[in-house]
Amino acid sequence: MKRRNDTLLIVLTALSAVLVMIALYLALVGAPDANLQSETGRYAQRIIYFHIATAWVGFLAFFVTFVGGVGYLRTQARKWDIVALSSAEIGTVFMLGVLVSGSIWAKPAWGVWWVWDERLTISLIQFLVYVGYLMLRSSVEDPARRARFAAVYGVVAFISVPINFIAIRLWRTQHPLIFGSEEGGLGPNMMFAFFFCLITFTIWYVTLMWHRIRLERSRDQVEALKQKIMG
Amino acid sequence: MSYLRKILAIVWKDIVAELRTKEMFSAMFVFAVLVIVVFVFAFDLRVVGEQVQQVAPGTLWVAFAFSGVLGLNRAFVMEKDRGCLEGLLLAPVDHTAIYFGKMVSTVLFMLVVEAFMLPVFTAFFGVNLFDLRLILTIVLGTVGFAGVGTILSAMTAQTRAREVLLPILLLPVAAPVLIFAVKATAGVLDGQPTSEIAFWLRLLVAFDLIFPAVAFMTFDYVVKE
Repeated sequence: MKRRNDTLLIVLTALSAVLVMIALYLALVGAPDANLQSETGRYAQRIIYFHIATAWVGFLAFFVTFVGGVGYLRTQARKWDIVALSSAEIGTVFMLGVLVSGSIWAKPAWGVWWVWDERLTISLIQFLVYVGYLMLRSSVEDPARRARFAAVYGVVAFISVPINFIAIRLWRTQHPLIFGSEEGGLGPNMMFAFFFCLITFTIWYVTLMWHRIRLERSRDQVEALKQKIMG
Repeated sequence: MSYLRKILAIVWKDIVAELRTKEMFSAMFVFAVLVIVVFVFAFDLRVVGEQVQQVAPGTLWVAFAFSGVLGLNRAFVMEKDRGCLEGLLLAPVDHTAIYFGKMVSTVLFMLVVEAFMLPVFTAFFGVNLFDLRLILTIVLGTVGFAGVGTILSAMTAQTRAREVLLPILLLPVAAPVLIFAVKATAGVLDGQPTSEIAFWLRLLVAFDLIFPAVAFMTFDYVVKE
């Protein structure tokens, strides 16, 4: 059983690598140019495929952390805590990717690295919540307490996401929407590349989760062995 | 003893402890004044005269929020330091009563500090803050801030990083309170109609209900051993 699982993981990892390569090709070469006047605008929009897929994984990972937290509070089972922790770590990296890729795109498209637009702001807050979650974990030594605190914060933070979203949206609509109108929608070829990236990144996330959970399990086993030897 | 009486007993305990030492009030008040002074220094060269009105709501709420973090930190660290938290947990009350008691006492301390801050702020910024709608905004904003802050403070008091961790966990989650409260305050200062301000106040009420409800469900996990 264990053998077969390992084989499956290797296959999944290879599949993710191939899919990411194809996604990269589709995003950079396969998808048509956008109908934008400026040359930079035409090329810069290609980052969108990876940018949105990254954002999707970032928020999905946060939802999984929430589910893991609720699962832990209900059952006190270590496996749920491992799921929550793994997902939070991966989500943090992806959220940082969203902020960086968004900034890279914003510079040629809007002329600035950052605007306090609703989606940018919510992503930044989301990232900061993740960082807080990981800092909270590293600051509690007792494993059971760490899992409980992390689960509670995961729940509180997850509930804050829609409220933050509403708040930031209302906060911004008070101002004229400057950058809202230039989105022209995606053509059929663009749609394909877009959804391909979305699915690829989701599979990639599952692969990473698997690796991370496996790592945490091994860590637990090493800890248990250590305890046994040390008496 | 009814549930309400138990909550009030905890609040009363905190008030008596504070009246004997006055350390929390003085620290929070002085810190809030210092935040405003720092803001004035930071903005002084750019924001002058009429423009001060524009930064007044934000400055006010940053001062309230930061001094609130100070108060929230003390709420549980104080109990933890002298081993009082164990005593409190051994008391024959539902653990959520401890949450509500601590939340109410934090709200009271913050409101007292804010009441003292208003005349100071009025003097420094030359804006009239004595408006019933503004007082309602301050009460609702403070309840929202303390509501989510109390459960996080109960957690961070039991961690290694303690005081350092609370603002990092609290501020992203409490961001909507700041947005709603600053909007409502700005509305009052700009002389907007009450219906406009009521919109933000309703959102604050929603926030004030959601997080105590979440805390009610999860507080047990935070304090149990």
